[in-house]
Amino acid sequence: MLAFLIRRISQSVMVLLVMSMLVFVGVFYIGNPIDILIAPDATPAEYARAVKDLGLDKPMLTQYGIFLKDALHGDLGNSFVYNEPALKLIMQRMPATMELAVTAMLMAVFIGIPLGMLAGIKHDTMLGRSIMRFSILGFSLPTFWVGLMFIILFSVQLGWLPSGGRGTTVELLGVPVSFLTWDGIQHLILPAMNLALFKTSLAIRLSRAGVQENLQMDYVKFAKAKGLSNTRIIGLHVMKNIMIPVITVLGMEFGGLIAFAVVTETIFSWPGMGKLVIDSIGVLDRPVIVAYLLITVTMFIIINLLVDIIYSILDPRVRLGDQN
Amino acid sequence: MRKKLLLTLAIVVCFALGATVAQAKTLTLGLKGEPTSLDPHFHNVSANNMQALYIFDKLIRQDNRQKLQPGLAESWAPISETVWEFKLRKGVKFHDGSPFTAEDVKFTLERIPNVPNSPSSFSGFVNEIKTIDIVDANTIRLTTEKPSPLLPRQLAAFTIISKKNAEGASTADFNSGKAAIGTGPYALVKWERGDKIIYKRNDAYWGEKLPWDEIIVRPITNDGTRVAALKSGDVDLINFVPPADINHLGKESKIHLSESPSTRLIYLHLDSDREDSPTVTGNNGEKIKNPLKDPRVRKAISKAINRRAIAARIMDGLAVPASQMVPDGYEGTSTRLKPEAYDPKGAKKLLELAGYPEGFKIIINGPNDRYVNDSDIAQAIAQMLTKIGIKTEVSTMPKSVYFGRASKLEFSLMLVGWATDTGEQSNCLASLLHTYDADKGFGASNRGRYSNPQLDSMLEEALVTVDQDKHNDLIIKATEIGISDTGIVPIHYQVNVWGMKKGLDYNGRTDGYTIPREIISGK
Repeated sequence: MLAFLIRRISQSVMVLLVMSMLVFVGVFYIGNPIDILIAPDATPAEYARAVKDLGLDKPMLTQYGIFLKDALHGDLGNSFVYNEPALKLIMQRMPATMELAVTAMLMAVFIGIPLGMLAGIKHDTMLGRSIMRFSILGFSLPTFWVGLMFIILFSVQLGWLPSGGRGTTVELLGVPVSFLTWDGIQHLILPAMNLALFKTSLAIRLSRAGVQENLQMDYVKFAKAKGLSNTRIIGLHVMKNIMIPVITVLGMEFGGLIAFAVVTETIFSWPGMGKLVIDSIGVLDRPVIVAYLLITVTMFIIINLLVDIIYSILDPRVRLGDQN
Repeated sequence: MRKKLLLTLAIVVCFALGATVAQAKTLTLGLKGEPTSLDPHFHNVSANNMQALYIFDKLIRQDNRQKLQPGLAESWAPISETVWEFKLRKGVKFHDGSPFTAEDVKFTLERIPNVPNSPSSFSGFVNEIKTIDIVDANTIRLTTEKPSPLLPRQLAAFTIISKKNAEGASTADFNSGKAAIGTGPYALVKWERGDKIIYKRNDAYWGEKLPWDEIIVRPITNDGTRVAALKSGDVDLINFVPPADINHLGKESKIHLSESPSTRLIYLHLDSDREDSPTVTGNNGEKIKNPLKDPRVRKAISKAINRRAIAARIMDGLAVPASQMVPDGYEGTSTRLKPEAYDPKGAKKLLELAGYPEGFKIIINGPNDRYVNDSDIAQAIAQMLTKIGIKTEVSTMPKSVYFGRASKLEFSLMLVGWATDTGEQSNCLASLLHTYDADKGFGASNRGRYSNPQLDSMLEEALVTVDQDKHNDLIIKATEIGISDTGIVPIHYQVNVWGMKKGLDYNGRTDGYTIPREIISGK
């Protein structure tokens, strides 16, 4: 286990290094942020001053060197636009995104898996077919369209839920969260549903396939022959077996949920980090873009690691140290 | 029994009414952009400048048509060619109760060029000032190197901060609210990044008292979401209503719209300097001498554009055909200039005279995420030019890529926008049409490198002529030269639309700002 962890971490550092280089070169070649940030009537002298102030007059390699040196001290640079540390800006926005992603994930797990299992057991009935049709919709409708439909239906027509924003937050262990106030929950429901739709469909399909496959297996027949109740067979034995692929896939998807919640965040003006990075890309705020991508990569690495560990707990045959 | 019931009911109703009257009144605004900072001198960009007006005051205000009005300065006048004197308002207090004096003005003027890491500073508005003399607590004299007729206009571009609270403060201190203490109508309560900014009324405000105890500003960048927030009643007023939504919002009974022309000009810049222009070729793709150097070709392009059609069909009526850089009625605008009439025949004739009877090939470049319908406008112009024989291809790109390349002079024909901060025409002339001159600070956005010595000398003379009439006269003449020479091709001024719930009204501003003191409540 320890050897596995050490190997994994050293690989991750390499990935981060390569990533930072790619991103840095990429944004460098897109253009000069000053052209977008500066007032158009600024004189050439003011332009030159702004370029110098932000350190953009140095050659790319020097800029990258400075970035690497500061990064080793935990400083990913100051945002050009906000003049505050990029890391701080992202961390400020992270709780909002995490809250949205976790709620969406919980919805996907607690709605998607039971529905999927139901569809698997009753695959020939109306119910089973309806669940599958719903999942096809969830897969194929574009997120932004569904989001706008949610707003039109639930906020504009029915007036039940707010159309956007985050609502009242309270501090929980120093982190502002909105799921502890009624106002906050109301603001959370629509964006979380919007974000959860695709993952719920995914969970339905995975668990349905898993249940159907497992019901054909010898161990189920054996359990039936032994006289175990259906509830026990499905609720315990089948459930345990289908969880492995479901957790692997959803674990991977969770990273994507955090990193790419941006469409939902934009539609519901949810103050998360996805919205921050889109705004930053719009004005080429290099430090924020680089910091965001590095944080995202780190997050994917950690999630993959956790998935592997959970995997080994669920299925003792998987031994982490043996992966080569 | 019945009487008693009625009486009880009456009492209950009274209480209920009393309760609503006593309740704090909140105004919620859904605005398109979010400020990048609450430090009013950090980044010269309209979202920041507008938000600064909630907390701070300017020395000289701009009204909704950008005419100058007294602000923290009650009056101002030149006392010699190079000295301006400003009389400051008495009895004004900052949000923390400390008095506003000439010291605060001096502090502000000295801070502006020294804000660290500013991506777009305000120093251009103060760099003509050589010395600042405080005569007494309410009088200040500014001496400039050269005569400076535009100084009052320049001082109307930024807000005044408190020396006591902002001395040594960083941009982050403003963002946290520690240093964001002004004399303005509202005091900052809290800025929750990306979600909302909360203000409470400054009851000691020297100006008009506003009806709302609290104002919440919510940044909603997505157009559809902003409209939905208004329709669902989550916000009371929104700015920049997208043209496509005007029709159906107009039919809503609880909502009403108000529109105002803006100073945002959409125009074409043409490479009129180089022999060899990057995206111009002959009809068979061969290299040719840059035809845009010929004023007749530039004029032909201007004549080929049907501005009315663009305003009506592409902009859904939310555009006004443009004749110069700043709309009619502003200081320094010519009454003799009219929008170029659509004249494809005349355009073809001019091309023939210039020696291009068969036309040539060109690419029109433009941004696709910067101005209202920008890529559609470029498409339309391309079709119109193709009609007179200039085979035009369209290439649009995100603004983050576009402006850098445009400044590197990689384009021959480009669609750009311009909005004047100062509310008059000289800054457009200086940036767009004056010969590019890095040392003297002219022509910063002259991406076509248009050059005309006559225009240059008139503008330079105007910039040191304090006499208002003479100054305007020179500006008008210089503008007429630049436009009749087709230094740029003006297309239209954008019209901005605000949407609000019934009971509110807003006249709109040409700078596009949404300012609480101009929102009318009641009805």
